[in-house]
Amino acid sequence: MNQETLDQHEHGSGETASLEMCRVRLSYKEADLLLGVLASQYRILAPVRLPGRGRFSDQDAIRYGEIHSVGEIVHQERAHFSPKEVVFPISQTLFHLTEDEMHEPAGDPRDLLIFLRACDIHGFARLDDIFLRNGLVPDPYYARRREKVKFVLLECRQSLDAYCFCVAMGTNRTDANAMAVRFADEQLLIEMRDPALFSALPATAEPVKFTPEFPATDSQTVSIPDSDRLQTAIRARNFFAHPMWADYAKRCIACGRCNTHCVTCSCFTTYDIADAQQPLAGERRRVWAGCHIDRFTDMAGGHHFRDDNGSRMRYKTMHKIFDFHQRFGRHMCVGCGRCDAHCPEYLSFAECITRISHVLEEEG
Amino acid sequence: MTNPYQPQPATILEIRPETAIDTTFRLAWDIPPAPGQFFEVSVPRLGEAPISISAIGDGYLEMTIRKVGRVTEGIFALQPGDRLYLRGPYGHGFPLEHLAGSRLLVAAGGTGLAPVKPVIQYALAQRERFLGTDILLGFRSPEDMLFREAIADWQQHGAVYVTVDRSGPGWTGHTGVITQLIPALDLSPLEQIQAVVVGPPLMMKFTVLALLERGLREDQIWVSYERRMSCGLGKCGHCKINEKYVCVDGPVFNFSDARWLID
Repeated sequence: MNQETLDQHEHGSGETASLEMCRVRLSYKEADLLLGVLASQYRILAPVRLPGRGRFSDQDAIRYGEIHSVGEIVHQERAHFSPKEVVFPISQTLFHLTEDEMHEPAGDPRDLLIFLRACDIHGFARLDDIFLRNGLVPDPYYARRREKVKFVLLECRQSLDAYCFCVAMGTNRTDANAMAVRFADEQLLIEMRDPALFSALPATAEPVKFTPEFPATDSQTVSIPDSDRLQTAIRARNFFAHPMWADYAKRCIACGRCNTHCVTCSCFTTYDIADAQQPLAGERRRVWAGCHIDRFTDMAGGHHFRDDNGSRMRYKTMHKIFDFHQRFGRHMCVGCGRCDAHCPEYLSFAECITRISHVLEEEG
Repeated sequence: MTNPYQPQPATILEIRPETAIDTTFRLAWDIPPAPGQFFEVSVPRLGEAPISISAIGDGYLEMTIRKVGRVTEGIFALQPGDRLYLRGPYGHGFPLEHLAGSRLLVAAGGTGLAPVKPVIQYALAQRERFLGTDILLGFRSPEDMLFREAIADWQQHGAVYVTVDRSGPGWTGHTGVITQLIPALDLSPLEQIQAVVVGPPLMMKFTVLALLERGLREDQIWVSYERRMSCGLGKCGHCKINEKYVCVDGPVFNFSDARWLID
């Protein structure tokens, strides 16, 4: 960074430089230089396009992957899978099991820089509630990766599309990011909040006035049920037996795409596997699990719960907009819209929670 | 950071078959868990399963295990001297100090007897602290009866009622579901009763209803819930009911809380 840039942002504050932010404009070429410098310390992850890997023929998947240039970042649309897989992988080895020995795998020591949107930054706060705060002790596998993470906010000046409802969930704004970026005509506008990143800026960086904007309205109207009224409806009026859930029982096919695409779904199942060639070698792994998916509650001996898919929709919905709030004081759902964007039956979670609000109003 | 998923080896001291499919394993273990707590037990390369404790002793604990899946089949293949891998104990056990002073009523169905057996043994060992101990036990058939020796011993000290769903050769006891035993029970003084109900979901539901019908308040009833679990640490999500996690908030709940837990 050149002296002029520093001067512009540090003079006149009377505060220490570390409290200052650095705001610059970079061409893509300059931004690639920035990424190159950062790559010496960080694995840099962003939504990338995986050609032909989409759900249907000739469609692409957009998922988190390591990037080396700005051009790889898919910024115009929502990543299909959320960034949670960076810190909470789909499948993760907990132990290598060799004869009587159990060894933790050595993790990747590099720090992580993740490009993501405000809703997903809030999503990580929900994952933190479960993995770091719920129960007696933090989850060490999550904690070790999580403490390496810095967030780069991908600015959303308005809702990305019709599925977003971050404003309703109160997750449209954030200041938990180390850096924010706006894509503008082959240029990046950057606000750096974390002084540890300042020195990575190229000397040619041009100072600019840029403060990230946040969406002020959702493109759909979503109404969050009042927790006290919902509690009353559940306890006094048997709300879990309301006919609205029977509708979901008919339509949900229990594929679990809402669970797997959700940034806050954190459930997993542990499995042991043995090497077919060397039966005394194996692994203990944890793999994503989802409350919509068959066998989620199955116990050895044959007992199971929520056999109908309407009960699963109800269970998930209650967790996202009621139970979690009872436990942690904020809703689990962050309104990213992925569940609705990916449901093959076109079920809408946003409509579901709005419908609950309407039922509560009708019943008084 | 110590890894809470890392289990510790526990040597099998003794193996005692209880029925054709249930076997008690005595394991060397130094730090005694509380009655009602559970461990995550694993056989490397087969998996982990949450298992409750059926006896707690000096330098050992016992688990009574039914052969019903991959992990338990692996456990059944082991011999004394072999090692199981344990982490825990997890969860809240039964509130023994709160139960002391009461007239204790235990209703257990099938393998649900395993986690309450240490409670019964505590109450009978400290008889002077209880107004009495009534034990209702239900099994599917006479062949499914667990802990025969222990039950015979309890019959010397407390009122024990055993019923089986299906009678069999030589069975002279009661036949029928456990709830049929409740209407005739002496529950006086009613306000001094503390009831512990553990068993399969339907058995627990109807036993609790029968006790409420007899006039017990909800807060006089304690239940222990069994749910699928992968972690025991409040992370994996399988055992969540409402805002509660059975592994860390339970598995023992007062029924005044448990009544609102809807799966």
